[in-house]
Amino acid sequence: MILAFESSCDETSVAVVRNGDEILSNVIATQINSHKRFGGVVPEVASRHHIEQITICIEAALNEANVTYDDLDAVAVTYGPGLVGALLVGVNAAKTVAFAHHLPLIPVNHMAGHIYAARFVKPFEFPLMALLVSGGHTELVYMQADGQFEIIGETRDDAAGEAYDKIGRVLGVPYPAGKVIDEMAHQGQDTFNFPRAMIDEDNYDFSFSGLKSAFINTVHHADQIGATLDKNDLAASFQASVVDVLVSKTLRVLKQYPVKQLVLAGGVAANQGLRERLQLELPKHFPDAELLLAPLKLCGDNGAMIGAAGYIQYQHQQFGDASLNADPSLEFDWMPNMPH
Amino acid sequence: MKLLAIDTSNRPLSVAVLEDTKILATTTTNVGRNHSSTLLPIIEQSLAQAGIAPEALDRIVVAAGPGSYTGLRIGVTTAKTLAFTLDKALVGVSSLAALAANVLTEGQLVAPLFDARRENVFTGLYRIENQRPVNVVADQHVSLTDWHQVLAAYQEPIVFIGADVATYEEKLKASFGKRFVRAAPQLDLPRAEAIGLLGQTMAPVAQIHAFVPNYLRLTQAERDWQAKHPEEDHAPYVEKI
Repeated sequence: MILAFESSCDETSVAVVRNGDEILSNVIATQINSHKRFGGVVPEVASRHHIEQITICIEAALNEANVTYDDLDAVAVTYGPGLVGALLVGVNAAKTVAFAHHLPLIPVNHMAGHIYAARFVKPFEFPLMALLVSGGHTELVYMQADGQFEIIGETRDDAAGEAYDKIGRVLGVPYPAGKVIDEMAHQGQDTFNFPRAMIDEDNYDFSFSGLKSAFINTVHHADQIGATLDKNDLAASFQASVVDVLVSKTLRVLKQYPVKQLVLAGGVAANQGLRERLQLELPKHFPDAELLLAPLKLCGDNGAMIGAAGYIQYQHQQFGDASLNADPSLEFDWMPNMPH
Repeated sequence: MKLLAIDTSNRPLSVAVLEDTKILATTTTNVGRNHSSTLLPIIEQSLAQAGIAPEALDRIVVAAGPGSYTGLRIGVTTAKTLAFTLDKALVGVSSLAALAANVLTEGQLVAPLFDARRENVFTGLYRIENQRPVNVVADQHVSLTDWHQVLAAYQEPIVFIGADVATYEEKLKASFGKRFVRAAPQLDLPRAEAIGLLGQTMAPVAQIHAFVPNYLRLTQAERDWQAKHPEEDHAPYVEKI
């Protein structure tokens, strides 16, 4: 049983996970209501909320799972990537619990955690490709085995989730904008035909800043000439461009990297438009590949996914020590290649 | 009483283990700001040297601010989590009182200070009584000019203590003249053993969950927001989902 900590951005979360695939508790304290005031996450405010919440979350996670420290085998924690001040609270709390109860400490990469959120659906089969889409990242990650991560493509500028938040501001949608824009998109039509950046380029990278600019220019131009644009159509057109690019790049990468499973994970994996399109397109093009959608409740940041990823490292005895520090720009290549 | 004391409020890091008034182990460094990497190993080492297991502790005392926001969070997160997870008493001591405790001259006024940039300081006024600093003017974030006016009411020598005094030494001398007394530089470092002795007799916090650093300042974003929205309140800011 693993006690898992997550505090990389604006959610404080502590979970108890058994055998890497069973959630006994997953307590999440979200700060959305606070950061709404500022239109986005303010790092110092986030760090202050984490320290208010951290022991409350530990207590609730143990109580809801109905376990004591004696039942635990290890403590896992996100140590990057993320906001450094936010990460530091989880890292120091997790280290302290591990030290106080003589438990091994497992340092977990936050992005690995997002991928392993899908592990709660069913066991992974390799090779596997993960489309990882969040407010901070947009990546295609190839996995030949548990714990092995190879980035095949990534965004060159904004992450997809970041683009949603930015155009949300233009549409007057409060932070975080993803869910509302997704709903608006389902009521509108793709009438604006925004650019699909890099869609035909011979690589697996993404770019969303051009789309964001095209969107903002369209809205500003309409404002100047006094025209009123249909907000639902704007949302639908924006989302169609994002989904087109994500799905077509993913399908292309699968031609070069045949896989048994495609995982969709990260905060933007909760987007219904994206889920629906992958459910439609993947069987058409790759009938033998299985689509694993991270459960909606586990798309956002949470401790359970860190427990699932941490369990793999626990099996390989990949432990950290009392000197573990937060690494805000942690990359996947920290993970050594593990035997399989 | 077996006690662990911690101070990571600023660049120095200090850890001590005490049994009653006996100091068993103490480590103070002043080499960098990487407290997140160094604090727990030093705690482990200090407890091992003192021959005390973490579960045998009775009380954890931490310098709770003011100071560097990140430094404070490392010390307070560690102290708070340790006290919570082992069900021990937790005491927060002012990081400024911790420095003032280095002065032992009976009746002496002491003004510990930390630089808060742009001619602002975190400071307070203390008087040494029975070898302990007793707060006279509350810890605050204040401009040097305003602080000079506050201290005008005290026409006696004041010991200024803290590594950041050097930054404003000329200005302080000009303002306070002969009342300005510079503490010996070896007193500028906080010592966790002094913090432990202060915290030994203080009442523990009632609610460990509610314990947070005493930043003495809202964040810039919150100050701006409050200025624009004097009537509004979004609370609760954090919700369990």
